[in-house]
Order: sequence, then structure tokens, then C-alpha cells
Amino acid sequence: MKLITAIVRTFKLDDVREALAEAGVNGLTVTEVKGYGRQKGHTELYRGAEYVVDFLPKIKLEAVVADATVDAAVEAILVSARTDKVGDGKIFVSEIVSAIRIRTGEIDDDAV
Amino acid sequence: MTPFNFFEVLSMKRSLMLVLMLAVAASTAFAVSAQAVAPGVDSTSTGASTVPTQASDATLTATAPAAIAPAAASAAPTPNKGDSAWMMLCTIIVIFMTLPGLGLFYGGLVRSKNMLSVLIQCFVVFALVVVLWTLYGYSLAFTTGNAFFGGTDRLLMKGLDAAANAATFSRGVVIPELVFFAFQAAFAAITCALIVGAFAERIKFSAVLIFTVIWFTFAYTPMAHMVWFFPGPDAYLDAASAAAANASAGFLFARGALDFAGGTVVHINAASAGLVGAYLVGQRLGYGREAIKPHNLTLTMAGASMLWVGWFGFNAGSALEANAVAGLAFVNTLIAPAAAVLAWLVGEWIGKGKPSMLGAASGAVAGLVAITPAAGFVGLGGALLIGCAGGFACFWGVNGLKRLLRADDALDVFGVHGIGGMVGALLTAVFAAPSLGGTGIWDYLANDVSPVYSIWSQLQIQATGIGLTLVWSGTVALIAFKLADSMVGLRVTQEQEREGLDISSHGEAAYDH
Repeated sequence: MKLITAIVRTFKLDDVREALAEAGVNGLTVTEVKGYGRQKGHTELYRGAEYVVDFLPKIKLEAVVADATVDAAVEAILVSARTDKVGDGKIFVSEIVSAIRIRTGEIDDDAV
Repeated sequence: MTPFNFFEVLSMKRSLMLVLMLAVAASTAFAVSAQAVAPGVDSTSTGASTVPTQASDATLTATAPAAIAPAAASAAPTPNKGDSAWMMLCTIIVIFMTLPGLGLFYGGLVRSKNMLSVLIQCFVVFALVVVLWTLYGYSLAFTTGNAFFGGTDRLLMKGLDAAANAATFSRGVVIPELVFFAFQAAFAAITCALIVGAFAERIKFSAVLIFTVIWFTFAYTPMAHMVWFFPGPDAYLDAASAAAANASAGFLFARGALDFAGGTVVHINAASAGLVGAYLVGQRLGYGREAIKPHNLTLTMAGASMLWVGWFGFNAGSALEANAVAGLAFVNTLIAPAAAVLAWLVGEWIGKGKPSMLGAASGAVAGLVAITPAAGFVGLGGALLIGCAGGFACFWGVNGLKRLLRADDALDVFGVHGIGGMVGALLTAVFAAPSLGGTGIWDYLANDVSPVYSIWSQLQIQATGIGLTLVWSGTVALIAFKLADSMVGLRVTQEQEREGLDISSHGEAAYDH
């Protein structure tokens, strides 16, 4: 099992969700986050005051998938979240030790 | 130890009540000393009189005032129902300017943790000033006294009843004095509420209240008296009575200063006090280093729009009658801010790259401020130009000037109300000229427009008014803040400021998040 964590553009969330569903990912957790990377922030002006906003809003999505599904899921995010401009985000894959479905007590691959 | 030390051992409530009582006592003393020059105000105008300066009814209408005058002298004039209804409506919408208009305009500009502190300051300053106005403020501003302070004719509501009438700008025309009282109360309240924008987000609530009592008493009421008080047109019957009437009028009124609805009394007055406050209270924590952003410009837009609507009552109502002068002020209140919105946005678009909603809202307020002293004196062309000038000037006021002043005038009270007020007061002298489409100056003795108008000499009079207001208000504000500082301190602690005034000063939060 792997945890796929992806930071994507906010308006790409629906595309990514659809692509992941087609790739066989059955569940997803989404968080609204702020962060910075290579993409520049923007400037806000309020009368005489000027502020550079470095932290941009992004969507962080997390999905735990079976090892067999990882490549398809990553590919789905790569294709659906891409705009070819700086700021498209990143994908991280990490190990998951175990997973349990609370309702049934099923574990690992059966739980995700 | 300072003589005010004993306040520290008193509870906050007690010290505030004491201040209030001191203010009443002090103003009474002023009023008594001002009683010396009490000219013959006849029973028909019952002492309390009018406001803004020379409104020129006859230039705009075909009425024959000469025919009215003798009738007025023989029979006591009674209020016209239309005028009374109009003035009550105007009063309501001027109140609406403060509550909620100004509150929302200001509230949207602060951080969400300070939203309620700004709203409560506007709300409670309004309530406090209305009570003080009733007890003694109205008497100090609008009864006969000396050139600077009014008298005691209306102290503690004496004679303020439904039978009393107040003069207007037309011979033989009166309105119920209670309506005039309420209309002017709304002006006093919004003027004091305007100031809170300068020291928003870090001042102690108790300091705001102490400051307001002192400043209202010793800066607002005398400025209103100096600029607006005169015994009414019915007092100008012949050369001798006219001389006596002028002698009993306010200092600036008697010198011919033109301030239709409060460029000096309201805007420059509040702005000067605000700037002094911004210096004395000091900059907000993180000012110039951290992002201190408006938390809700939607509310700011809504508040600015309410201000604009209410300003029709403010300016057109200052004619005191539902007549053609009110109509002129009404139209000027429509078109000057519109021009100012465009001017501000042009400045912003060229100077900063993007036109902003906050810029549009600020431009509207700048134009409203600038047209205030001129509203009933200038033609439509003059109003458009005053609006343009106000928009550009205030755009500079919140940018270039703000950096020069180095004060954390948080919501740009001086940049908008000070600069807009000064531009408006000076340009009133220019565009009130009949040769430039203005109404000229009303000669109450001749009961006609004065045939003489000198832009240059009027400019000097206007500049005198501006200078006097800046110095008087600034001085009173300095003393008031120092007193408040020695009694309760001006600022909250750093921890309280970081936490936000809503929680730390008021124990409540504007938003649940």
C-alpha cells in the first residue's frame, strides 16, 4: 500500500477526482492548503499599502491505494492536473504500514 | 505622581462618569462666560438658530422674499409640513451614514479580529455624542454666546420642546427646532465616529470614550458654532440689526466663510484629530512589515454606498428646507462623487497598474467629502471639477502624503477627509463665484445675492477657516489624548493587540472560524 499525496491547482480538483476514479481509486481526502514553490505569488494593493502574497492557495489530496494501483493513479494525476505552467504542483508517494476500515475491521488492501 | 493618578484606583466606569460630569461642568462654565453678548433674538426663532452659511434661495427660485419679510415680522412663522418631513427624512439617513454605513466601511478595512471593535466604537461613540448633544452640546453649538462658543439657552434641554422653532436661511421660514436639533445631532455623532478610523486596531476602548467626550465638547461644538451659528435671516432688518446679528454670529460665519454642510466642521475637524491620534497612539504592531490587509472589502463597498446615499441627507438637508438650494446640493452630491470615483480609478490604474474596488469606494467618499462644503454654492460644472480634484488629491493623500506623514492613520482619515475637506473648502471659493456658475454670497440685509464676489478674498477666508480648524481641533485632540493617556492609557498591551480587540477588549468574535 502507498499513500499518494498530491498538491494541485484548486480548479483542477474535479478533473483529478474523475481521473482517479477511472484509475480505480475509491476514496480521497482533500484539504485546502496554502504554500509556495517555484510559482511566484502576487501583489495586493490596498490604497497606499502594497503586500506581496507568497503563499498561494492549493488543494492537497491524499489517497491510500494498493501497490498495483499506484502507477495508474500517479499517471491519472499527472495527466489531469497538468497545465504545463509553473505552479501545477507535486506528487509524493510514501509507504503505508497498514490500513483498517473502521466499520468492518477489514485490513490493508481490503480496506482501501 | 500625576494629578490623575487617583483614576487608577477607581473603576473604569466611575472614571468615565467623572469625565462626563467634568465635561458638562466645564462646558457650562464656558457657556456662562459666553452669555455676555446676547443680542435680540425674537421669540419666533426662539434663540436657537441655523446652520450652514448663505444659501441663495432667490437665485434659484422666483419667490419674492421681500413680500414674506413683513409678514414674518408681524406674525410668528409656522413650520411648513414639507420642510419638516424633508428634514426628518434627512436626519434619518444621516444617522444611517454612521449606523451602519461608516461602521461597515471602516469595519471591512480592518482585520477580522478587530471587526467588532470598530463597529462598537462607531456605535457607542454615536450613542455617547447624542446624549452629550442633548445635555449641553446643542446649546454650546447653536445658541447665542460669543464668537467661539454658544450659550446656555438650551442647556439640559431647557426650552427644547415641540413649540420651539429654528430659523432657516429664508426670511420667515422656520422648521421645528427639535428636528433641527436631531439633524445636527447626527452631524456631531458622525464627526466623532469618523475619527476612530485613524487609531483603529490598537486603541483602548475606554480611551476612545474619554477622548470623545473631551474632543466633542471643546472641538466639535465650538467649530460648529464658529462656522454655522447665526441668528437667522429674520434678524437682518436694517443696518443696525444686521451689525448686531453679525456680531452674535460665529467667528467664521461672521467673516463670510462658506461651508455648506461641514467641510471644516465635520471633515477637516475629524481629520486633524485623527492625525494627532495616529501619532500619539503609535503605529500598529507589524505596521510596514507584516501584511495588514482589509478583511472584507464587500462590507466596505456596502458601507461606502450607504455613506453616499446618506450624504444626500447630509448635503441637501443642510439647506434646512425642501427648496431649490436643497435640489442643487442634491444633484452636486450625485455628480461630484461620480467624477471622483473615475478620477481615483484613473490615478490608480495609471499609478498602480490595476483599478480596485477599494479605490472606487474611496474615490466616492473623497468626492463626497470634497463637495460637502460646496454643495449648495456651486453649479454642476463646479461640482464635477471639485469631484475630480477631490478624487485625485485624496488618492495622493493615501499614497504620497501618507508616506511623508509616517503616521499609521489606519483607515486614512486624514488622507481622505482632511485632504478632501481642504480641497473642497478652497475650491468652494472658486466655484461659488457667479462668473463660474456658482450662487455667489447671500446678503441677508439686502435679502438678495451680493453683487460683489471676489474669488481671491473668499479663498483667504476659506484658508483661514481651514487653518483655524486644523489648529483648534489638533490642539484639543492633543490635550484630550494626553488626558486619556494619563487616566487609562491609550493602547492595549501587545498581547491584546495580537489577539485582536474583539476578544481582548470586548470578549466576543465577529466570525466563527
